[in-house]
Amino acid sequence: MPASKNRPTGPEPAPVVQHLLVRYAKRGRMRFASIRDVQRAFERAVRQARLPIAHSAGFSPHPKISYASGTQTGVASEAEYLTLGLTAPVDPAGMRSVLDRALPDGIDVIEVAEDSGGSLNGRLMVSEWLVELPGVAPDAAAAAAGAFLAAAEVPVERLTSKGVRRFDARAAVLTLEVSPRAGAIDHHECATIRLVVRHTEPAVRPEDVLNGMLPGGAATVQPAVAVTRLAQGILGPDAEVVAPTPAKVNVP
Amino acid sequence: MPTESVYPRLEPLLPRVRKPIAYVGGEVNSVVKDWDRTDVRWALLYPDAYEVGLPNQGVQILYEILNEQDGVLAERTYSVWPDMEALMREHGIPQFTVDGHRPVGDFDLLGVSFSTELGYTNLLTALDLAGIPLHSADRGGEDRDPEDGTWHPLVIAGGHAAFNPEPIADFLDGVVLGDGEEAVLKITGHVRAWKRNGRPGGRDGLLRTLAAEASLYVPRFYDVSYLPDGRIGKTVPNDRGIPPVVAKHTVMDLDEWQYPRKPIVPVAETVHERYSVEIFRGCTRGCRFCQAGMITRPVRERSITTVGQMVEQGVQATGFSEVGLLSLSSADHSEINEIAKDLADAYEGTNTGLSLPSTRVDAFNVTLADELTRNGRRSGLTFAPEGGSERMRKVINKMVTEDDLIRTVTTAYASGWRQVKLYFMCGLPTETDEDVLAIADLARRVIQTGREITGHKDIRCTVSIGGFVPKPHTPFQWAAQTPHEVVDSRLRKLGAALRADKAYGRSIGFRYHDGQPSVIEGLLSRGDRRVGKVIETVWRDGARFDGWSEHFSFDRWVACAGQALAGEPVDLDWYTTRERDEDEVLPWGHLDAGLDPDWLWQDWQEALGGTGDVEDCRWSPCYDCGVCPSMGTEIQTGPTGERLPEGTKLLPVLSVS
Repeated sequence: MPASKNRPTGPEPAPVVQHLLVRYAKRGRMRFASIRDVQRAFERAVRQARLPIAHSAGFSPHPKISYASGTQTGVASEAEYLTLGLTAPVDPAGMRSVLDRALPDGIDVIEVAEDSGGSLNGRLMVSEWLVELPGVAPDAAAAAAGAFLAAAEVPVERLTSKGVRRFDARAAVLTLEVSPRAGAIDHHECATIRLVVRHTEPAVRPEDVLNGMLPGGAATVQPAVAVTRLAQGILGPDAEVVAPTPAKVNVP
Repeated sequence: MPTESVYPRLEPLLPRVRKPIAYVGGEVNSVVKDWDRTDVRWALLYPDAYEVGLPNQGVQILYEILNEQDGVLAERTYSVWPDMEALMREHGIPQFTVDGHRPVGDFDLLGVSFSTELGYTNLLTALDLAGIPLHSADRGGEDRDPEDGTWHPLVIAGGHAAFNPEPIADFLDGVVLGDGEEAVLKITGHVRAWKRNGRPGGRDGLLRTLAAEASLYVPRFYDVSYLPDGRIGKTVPNDRGIPPVVAKHTVMDLDEWQYPRKPIVPVAETVHERYSVEIFRGCTRGCRFCQAGMITRPVRERSITTVGQMVEQGVQATGFSEVGLLSLSSADHSEINEIAKDLADAYEGTNTGLSLPSTRVDAFNVTLADELTRNGRRSGLTFAPEGGSERMRKVINKMVTEDDLIRTVTTAYASGWRQVKLYFMCGLPTETDEDVLAIADLARRVIQTGREITGHKDIRCTVSIGGFVPKPHTPFQWAAQTPHEVVDSRLRKLGAALRADKAYGRSIGFRYHDGQPSVIEGLLSRGDRRVGKVIETVWRDGARFDGWSEHFSFDRWVACAGQALAGEPVDLDWYTTRERDEDEVLPWGHLDAGLDPDWLWQDWQEALGGTGDVEDCRWSPCYDCGVCPSMGTEIQTGPTGERLPEGTKLLPVLSVS
């Protein structure tokens, strides 16, 4: 009997009965992992930790893991999110260490909570970023920040897979604060910038803000520049970033 | 000697290179031991990019075996891409290990695993970046002392492409022929004893001990003389106590060597993403072109029980969703049916894929493939008739008839496979245009049969062709390599024949490589020590990553070969397209893979005569090749009659207390 062309034989995959919301960090040398690298690491960790992960139907079943938009290669984060669909209920609190142990050091699970499984996009509207600029004087950075904030529009360019894209970096920036860093890195002065940026399309990244702020762009201070996402969520009443709470789970 | 991580200096450069993740290490199951609590330290180099080198079984096995030992440390290092090489040179960063980011020059030993000769230039890059003199002779003698900072690691090569290490002899301190598992432990023991005893005899003293007691081939202890016409006169030891012939290492009873248990799981994307278990080592099918099948004899199987255990532990330790059952021809395991069925049972419903590299042209192979893809898509199956015509297949001792092939693809299409890939070689000894054009006839018959069986037209056949390179320690070691112009012309004719076919042409895919890289592979495969100068010249001229078509430059190799061999009676053609006589001393003549030279020569003559099928000694007792009697080894195969326990299904973890 020739196999059916469209559907595999065998039983249907088991349905999802529980969702977990996972917050994780990308630290240290693991900041050089790409978005795909992190995804593969989670797929394996879930298997290694033997979580009852659900799979999609079809000839090449994929584990049901939904990733919120991740930081790009080279950028660290304390606040990345994903959700897992499980075929059997588990104790979420206990899963944190189980999953963390199966991941490389630097891809660290911070929190696991039960979730409704709804889309993450509506719950992740803004990001808070920390940008360290070794070799840049805090005064100079503060002046550049002032000019950036005073402008109505700051056009920047970024090379994407579809060519050079030109867009405004100003409107998405809600907060831009420069503070002198205590001490210095390798005897260089170091300006530190805290940013709160609204998620937009195209996304305005910290490097775009730097390009808009600094004469000659971020290239003048790269590669020493260190960028870390500190938080993701919705904007609170005092312009702070409020982490996503797990959506309500209906207990039957 | 203290050592320091280069990572703080490396990190600022990482945002500027392609694929920085390849240089950071930190993978699941990687090991960083305390430097000061170990006394024998190995750096293991795979001379290709991280994405290719990481999954390499040889490196993974040795890494695990060495790190399991108290007081022994092993770290991995890979070839860096040219963008990283430029930055490392600019910033004075040496070749480093990805585990501890320690300078390779600080280790006691540098083990290098060669799967292909095209990695030779990458060895030179790594040595140079490590600050290790390229020539072993410049690495010092009696006065070199590990504690005074002038020590350079012993550079020791292994792997299939080191079975004729003569072209890189000048750059190596030693070569391990054959299986590395026991050899690295023996070497480690001697290095430890030598260090504890106050390093008697210095560097040469250690090498002399390793040559005499650990079957290490130390090229420097052998002198090669040449005849006026360029052929080798003889290769002889130049020191007392050095054996005239060096024998390969063979590990017996693979059930006692269950490695890798906890293979490294890369964060970066690599060429193979799976847990691989070698289900047997060696192959005695007797294909005359196949170096691997000749140098890894005899066949030694792992039992079904061991395979089952290794798979269970390996999947658990890695989280890989694919398991590869590796060997040179996996369908030939005496209990492959049981292994495939029991593993498919155990992993059914866990979304774990099983794969089995086997290109046997028979219906059994299809049945096995069916078992491994119970519920999955049946996309493509690969078969390797290797030669297009019946005559050609007789020459290479691949005893497959055209009817066998048609029967096999009929079974494949009937069980739902949509695509069949056929693998061939071009440039085989005695080959003519007609032999290659016969491939087109075969492919046409395959499609015709497939359409009849399935009743529709959406089936495909891909013809994939590699250029044949004569290899040392095979019956074809005396053969003239076919000039690349001839190979290319035959491939063009075959391509034209396939394209011209109105009825079937569009269902047949055609994949090939041009013939030029094979010529350089041929030079490096059968070269002697004089080829070392060519390698160094071409490396100094900028050759890197010769196995990558975007980096390989044939013109550069030709020009540098001309320059380096200018004063010699030999040239590129002499090494490649020249047929050798029986009495010629071959560069690897003093390196013993166990194969009786008379048997190899007779097999070569029978190939030319198109006579004499060589049977597989697993099924018809035969000691003619000489390996078992000369090496004191034996075939180790089942069946054991065992089965994998039922109910071993891996259940998910629901909670932890």
